[in-house]
Amino acid sequence: MSSTQNAVLPEEQVAAAGTDPVDRWYRVVWSSKKARVGVVVVAIYVLVALLAPVIAPYGPTDGSFTPLTGPSAQHLLGTNVAGVDVFSQVIYGSRVSLLVGLLGGLLATAIALLIGMVSGYAEGTVVDDVLTFLTNTALVIPVLPLIITLVAYSDTRGIPLIVGVIAFTSWAGAARSKRAQIITLRNRDFVTAAKFSGDGTFRIIFSEILPNMTSLVAAAFVGAATGAIGAEAGLAVLGLGSSDSVSWGTILYQADAAGAISQGLFVWVFVPGLVLAILITSMAFINFGIDLLSNPHLRED
Amino acid sequence: MRYFVRKIGFFVLTLWAVVTLNFLIPRLQPGDPAELMVQNLAGKNAQLNRAQVEAMRDLLGAPSGSLLSQYWNYLVQLIHGNLGVSYTYFPYTVAEVIGKAFWWTVILVGTVQVLSFAIGILLGAFAAWRRNSRFDTSVTVISTFVGTLQPFWIALLLIYGLGYGLGWFPTAGGYQASTPGFNGAFVYDAMSHAFLPALTLMIVTPIGWILGMRNTMIMNLGEDYIRLARAKGLPDRMIALRYAARNALLPSVAGFALALGGILGGTILVETVFDYPGLGRLMGEAVGIKDYPLLQGLMLLTAVATLLANLIADLLYGILDPRARRAAA
Repeated sequence: MSSTQNAVLPEEQVAAAGTDPVDRWYRVVWSSKKARVGVVVVAIYVLVALLAPVIAPYGPTDGSFTPLTGPSAQHLLGTNVAGVDVFSQVIYGSRVSLLVGLLGGLLATAIALLIGMVSGYAEGTVVDDVLTFLTNTALVIPVLPLIITLVAYSDTRGIPLIVGVIAFTSWAGAARSKRAQIITLRNRDFVTAAKFSGDGTFRIIFSEILPNMTSLVAAAFVGAATGAIGAEAGLAVLGLGSSDSVSWGTILYQADAAGAISQGLFVWVFVPGLVLAILITSMAFINFGIDLLSNPHLRED
Repeated sequence: MRYFVRKIGFFVLTLWAVVTLNFLIPRLQPGDPAELMVQNLAGKNAQLNRAQVEAMRDLLGAPSGSLLSQYWNYLVQLIHGNLGVSYTYFPYTVAEVIGKAFWWTVILVGTVQVLSFAIGILLGAFAAWRRNSRFDTSVTVISTFVGTLQPFWIALLLIYGLGYGLGWFPTAGGYQASTPGFNGAFVYDAMSHAFLPALTLMIVTPIGWILGMRNTMIMNLGEDYIRLARAKGLPDRMIALRYAARNALLPSVAGFALALGGILGGTILVETVFDYPGLGRLMGEAVGIKDYPLLQGLMLLTAVATLLANLIADLLYGILDPRARRAAA
């Protein structure tokens, strides 16, 4: 992310290379070992989430086993207070994290783009002042306490509510960097040309300028998705997870409430946190690869 | 001067925005809070008793009148430091409940913030100075990985390892045997209880400083004034500390306040896991038992604290960096 500030028109190089952009994206991202690891790991997570019913030995809510048993051949990670197989919960939990990451990332990026791009394009006007103020305010208000307060009011918490609240509170950083990036682009000749040919502001911003910063947008999306996954886990650990599905955070919440550690049920705590950490690390690795697109100076070759 | 006026103006505006947001959040919720409370106490499908609802409304000091007059009342109450009455700690007010937990968190977070800043800056500067050395590589790789770990998970692992496994530190609460007060036994007791929560936060919080400081320092080391300093034959130590590190420090100062917001968020989970008697655990508790006035009070306090820290950092930045002042003028 740090590299995105000074990146200017990364896609110009794509055009210069004269190859298919998709092919080039693939080659650049794949050239980084870290990004390769990240892509493979995330792909495995996606597979696990899709094939959860096949992989998980039992249902995620099937409470028909002896409660609070340690790891065994039948229950790799033991069972919880309600007699549910923890391993199955972990497998199904990947669905929640990935879904929240995908939707939360998309929504937060969309808000950030709308506010950041319009604000940057209108730099120096009242519109920019208002939007910048909005962004700076959202940036200094601590996110987690606000998310917690907003979510705590709802008794039935579905994934849409959690995604919405996370996206609504976490777009500001990305909006600020999008604003800075569009300012470097908006005086380019192709923008002036679009203006003279009578294109509207929104058309110029979103169909002329935006395609020139796709790799920056992709990086912002991965960052936002990572943030959303972490925020969901934090909410769930406090008992504010989705009420109709079990996430890794929910498992940790249940484990903590049941005193898993004092009972020596270590894997119950260790594994959900570990799979979460591995997912977040892999996504950070993917962003290393995307940064290579935006900033050729970082390339290893 | 204009720079400082602008920053103070921004502070006042954001303060107003936060206060207003805090007013609106409960009012945007569907339904009557008093009715919800009674329903929660009575159970999901129980028939509501009108008298109970009315009594609850009185207890909550439930809002009446137009939205505008409610807003005015709210502002007046707020200026008098009145945040309402806690549902759970009734008859204590929210301000009193918060007051009890306040210093626990201030001491914990204050220590962590200052230590993290110092450690992060030093490690980051050193890693940048010895760029691509083994030290640099291990610091960056470890920071990148540890930065992806969730604080509450680290907390649980530390409880398992250092608490139950080795029995070195107490794993829950803020103090045990001693009576609170300023005496040696209590201070020692409180410190041993605060150790694991502090350690948890200390593992995560320096990372932002380390990586940020390393990046800006590397950028600074490529500047002409460093080349000049080298050409003059100044000792390495002086170039590293008085030239590069000093200039690289500026963005970190600006990030100080934003980091505080992050730490305060982290303490909610970490204090909850450790049952540490500070503001974070109070917030976790308020969530669990739907103590909305307490929750709102804590949200407001956290936000105002971050805004204030941000203002101080901005003002400091203006004093330290003449360019910031000039850009605004």
